[in-house]
Amino acid sequence: MGASVLVCVKRVVDSSGEVVLTEDAQAVDGRFAGFTTSAHEECAVELAIQAAASTEGSAAVLTIGEAEAVEQLRTALALGCTSATHVVADSSRLGPADVAREIAAVVRDHAATGESHDLVLLGNDAADSGDFQVGIRLAYELGWPVVNGVSTLAVEGDEVVASGEGPDGRETYRVSLPAVVTVLEGGVEPRYPGVPGRLKAKKILIEERELAAEPAGPKRVRLLLPPAQPSDVQILGTGAEAAPAVVDLLETLGVLAR
Amino acid sequence: MILVFVETDASGATEVSREAVTFARTLSAAGGGVPIDAVLVGPSAADLPGVVQSLGSHGVRRVHHVTGDAFGAYSGAAWASAVQGVRATAASVVVMAAGTPRGMEVLAHLAARAGVAMAANVTSFGGLSPFTVTRQVVGGAALEEMQLDQRPAVFTVAGHAVEAAPADQPVDAELVESSPEVSADDLRARVVSSDPAPPDEAGGLKSARVVVGAGRGAGSSEGFADLVELTDLLGGSLGVSRVVTSLGWRPHHEQVGQTGVRISPELYIPCGISGAIQHWAGCSSAKTILAINTDAEAPMVTKASYAVIGDLHEVVPAINAEIRRRRGA
Ligand SMILES: Cc1cc2nc3c(=O)[nH]c(=O)nc-3n(C[C@H](O)[C@H](O)[C@H](O)COP(=O)(O)OP(=O)(O)OC[C@H]3O[C@@H](n4cnc5c(N)ncnc54)[C@H](O)[C@@H]3O)c2cc1C
Repeated sequence: MGASVLVCVKRVVDSSGEVVLTEDAQAVDGRFAGFTTSAHEECAVELAIQAAASTEGSAAVLTIGEAEAVEQLRTALALGCTSATHVVADSSRLGPADVAREIAAVVRDHAATGESHDLVLLGNDAADSGDFQVGIRLAYELGWPVVNGVSTLAVEGDEVVASGEGPDGRETYRVSLPAVVTVLEGGVEPRYPGVPGRLKAKKILIEERELAAEPAGPKRVRLLLPPAQPSDVQILGTGAEAAPAVVDLLETLGVLAR
Repeated sequence: MILVFVETDASGATEVSREAVTFARTLSAAGGGVPIDAVLVGPSAADLPGVVQSLGSHGVRRVHHVTGDAFGAYSGAAWASAVQGVRATAASVVVMAAGTPRGMEVLAHLAARAGVAMAANVTSFGGLSPFTVTRQVVGGAALEEMQLDQRPAVFTVAGHAVEAAPADQPVDAELVESSPEVSADDLRARVVSSDPAPPDEAGGLKSARVVVGAGRGAGSSEGFADLVELTDLLGGSLGVSRVVTSLGWRPHHEQVGQTGVRISPELYIPCGISGAIQHWAGCSSAKTILAINTDAEAPMVTKASYAVIGDLHEVVPAINAEIRRRRGA
């Protein structure tokens, strides 16, 4: 039987431009910047779809967050996930332990209804909170093994083989299923949704849930913006005419070895 | 006691681990001289007495070295179990590490086991009661003040948040060896094989003295010829922005940034790169930055030490020609 993969995604503020805080300094204001799926999770979705395809299994997607996060679920469905669960919640009230507990509740409830997930994929860390711990906390909730920070994986029988960069080179893990794996960007090229995928995704019914438990919350006091650094750049010139000044600088810095 | 999970490489305790120990001294002082211990897990390529002496010079009182068959190959759970064991015997109230992948992983396991919060990427310490830290979020675009009111307080220190420095009063650190038992569950996920990275991949970029950077301004995969030539003329490495790897112009192992390689060259020459915070996260340790950009207001230009304003397709060939001319070729 094919592998049942669950991939978890998070809707985050697109922070490639200027970052603005909300008035209460509790969150990043996404009204101007727009939203996206966390970078590592785009790769996790791709790996989930590939693992499902190679084992003739299925990939389900899960998000915990505001009503608008349904957009992230629809994108994953358009890419090839075949079912979706949305735990509707105010994400600013949730700390990493809360998120892990909620994912575990979904995994257990799905198992009780006959859909036992073999593999749960998550991003190694979210682009906004950067907590680096939801996958690990989830593994403890479920009593499953966990592998962190991998960029490639394959399901082989009742094992997952996953690899990522370690301090001394490429490290490979071979772990029995069920397991939790957290993914880092870089091992796969996430695909883009096509029109037929988008149309199909629109028709899929999304399972909506409420929080299973009252959140303990993040231990946040407030957010602040780092102090702006005054610019003391020295302009060497404009266009091709600047070349001699650049090469002078390279000589001064001693990087122009002969 | 403050316990620091320390990583080593062939040269000894890594710089970021010594930064974490330096950071620990701030906490120690705030607590009226709380002792600092270090824990090292697994076999180390470094000369151990040298590591102990160096950690002592950074203010560490005792170095716990945990070895044994269970710790030969890396396993996050087993290593956390080792750190947890040391913490329990030495009753530490703070457990910290450098914010490396290993540091993050081992401490996240430890925090999950202990049922306490963990703060990742801390840059400064606010005070003991309440125990407050400031950490980087949104890839460094914002900071978060966070309270760690449970014990132990678990956190990782962001790279280069402090400069590694020896203590005013060096300590004669004591080495304590142990080989604790580990449960089979903790060994379910461990490294089964490790292949050294090919030398032309990330390794070269990480250690390069000069990195030539290229972003969307390169224009296409064909737009790299002059940039590659400049890289060769300087004997450096090419590093690119995420836009470049996402568009498939260059491979991911050349990506510099939050989700790519972190570089710290003598000179970084970012060409046609805007300097988004996620890119900056990977290049801010460069000693000197020379930006080449059409936009004088681009963050990369305003953060750089030097800049040339102009089209990289005109500026870079002119630099290459000037280098060749001065070399008489
Ligand atoms: C979670 C997350 C992680 C990320 N991780 C990374 C990461 O690791 N690394 C990374 O780089 N980015 C990362 N990003 C993306 C980042 O936010 C930016 O989108 C990206 O760095 C922009 O790349 P760029 O500067 O090449 O392109 P742009 O932002 O489009 O900038 C192009 C620049 O080139 C200049 N230019 C254009 N044409 C020319 C020319 N002919 N000559 C000279 N200059 C020219 C323009 O003035 C502009 O400044 C991440 C984003 C997220 C959300």
